[in-house]
Amino acid sequence: MPITLEKIPGQEERVILSMGPQHPSTHGVLRMVLELDGETVVRAMYDIGYLHTGFEKSFEDKTYSQGITLTDRMDYLSPLSNNLGFCLAVEKLLDIEIPVRAQWIRVLLTELTRIQSHLVWLGTHAIDLGAMSVLLYCFRERETILHIFEMVSGQRMMTSYFRIGGLALEPPLGWLKYVEKFVKAFPARLKEYEDLLTKNPIWLKRTVGIGTLTADEAIAWGLSGPSLRGSGVDYDIRKKEPYSSYEKFDFKVSTRPEGDVYARYLVRIEEMRQSLRIVQQAMDGIPEGPIKANAPHIVLPDRESMKTSIEALIYHFKIVTEGFHPPVGEVYQAVEAPRGELGFYIVSDGSPKPFRCHVRAPSFANLQALPKMIEGRLIADVVACIGTIDIVLGEVDR
Amino acid sequence: MPSDLESNLTLKKLREFAPQAVDEVRAFRGEITIYIRPDLLIRACEFLRDEPGLSFTFLSDVTAVDLYPNEPRFEVVYHLLSLKNAERLRLKVRTGGDNPVVDSLVPVYPCANAFEREVFDLFGIRFAGHPYLRRILMPEDWEGYPLRKDYPVEGYR
Repeated sequence: MPITLEKIPGQEERVILSMGPQHPSTHGVLRMVLELDGETVVRAMYDIGYLHTGFEKSFEDKTYSQGITLTDRMDYLSPLSNNLGFCLAVEKLLDIEIPVRAQWIRVLLTELTRIQSHLVWLGTHAIDLGAMSVLLYCFRERETILHIFEMVSGQRMMTSYFRIGGLALEPPLGWLKYVEKFVKAFPARLKEYEDLLTKNPIWLKRTVGIGTLTADEAIAWGLSGPSLRGSGVDYDIRKKEPYSSYEKFDFKVSTRPEGDVYARYLVRIEEMRQSLRIVQQAMDGIPEGPIKANAPHIVLPDRESMKTSIEALIYHFKIVTEGFHPPVGEVYQAVEAPRGELGFYIVSDGSPKPFRCHVRAPSFANLQALPKMIEGRLIADVVACIGTIDIVLGEVDR
Repeated sequence: MPSDLESNLTLKKLREFAPQAVDEVRAFRGEITIYIRPDLLIRACEFLRDEPGLSFTFLSDVTAVDLYPNEPRFEVVYHLLSLKNAERLRLKVRTGGDNPVVDSLVPVYPCANAFEREVFDLFGIRFAGHPYLRRILMPEDWEGYPLRKDYPVEGYR
């Protein structure tokens, strides 16, 4: 029996509309149950779980290093942010120091991830509200970023490039040329999108004053990331609890006080600009040095050293066949993913596999505010509100 | 690090507010875990949220850990965040395996709603006072609770 809205006794019968899970503007397999009075939504409820894959159970059956591949598949639009969150959590558990070069490359790539994730959001959000061409432009730029990902990791989307203790491998020679090309070209492109939307009367009509949340409501409903900052709460984990040397970068946290769909749009556009600044700084200042931590029992040795050193060979064998043994304990590490606070809670019992690994998925939490945003509004605004909280169902359902 | 714990402001204030609420305290990698007595959970959370110097207004996560076959079997884990002080706090509540029930935090933090439904769905821990305690990820007619340790990863049910 699928989830539905029960009739409130004593109230007249209203139309119950089931929207999704196969609806193009629900961004995946989200099902909304809407109680309608004419065109107005009286009550709303969401139904999720269509993409539930049991990642948290799978984590318990995989070694820590194998777990990284699962994180790619949760929020498939920002795989590197997920990689980073998981790796930082395990590194915190192990208490190991990551070389600066690896940290800077991580920052560079996660900021590119943020840009490409926001590009998908912008394109799909705009097409939901009737602006077709933005999608095509956004995907053009996204493609250049995915090309950079492919260059460094061999994969466009399921990168698994960050490893526990550093990076999987040294990025190829000349990859920064491509990053530079993107950084040079992107500001003009961003202006192009803004020309299409920011002052477009149709866009303003569809977004201004829609889905308004005050700061208190946003906090109470557990919103995070751009959705929280769109309600005027100045909280960015990169600034307030810096990780992976974010404290060395100069960038502004963009907030807007209005709390509507348009404010969240402006926040994300500004975030892309700031991310570009971080990418520029990281590109200019990547230090030389190793890309893996000096922890032979955790980090896989170089292929070359395995040919000459027996220790390297033994460590390689141990890590691959058994894994490493972290100390007993528990950690929670939050990172600022494109959608908000992505947290990994890992409990270790000292064995090579996590005893428990829980993911605090930003989309899952942000989705809770959706009924609040659409109740009392027109059915056409539902689509605008689904777009504005920027959910990825792979992450909601895990 | 006991000395670290003694100087912790949150812990000090919480102990002043309700000395009997704190069951046990642990510190690991700079993170503090406070075990709260189950019947005082709501009061403790209200205090942590409303006390001006602490203001843990943001509930970032609720989850659980299954310690099977140990008793009490479940630990429900809450991650609180103070947006003002940029400080995190982990609270835990223990509950037994026979009839796992914990008070719902929905009256204090509305966003606990979906998190608690997820814990109920995957662990079978019930939350007393929850407005809509139904499965959220698994199908409605599913038998068993997948994230329990005695639930197999593969094979037939």
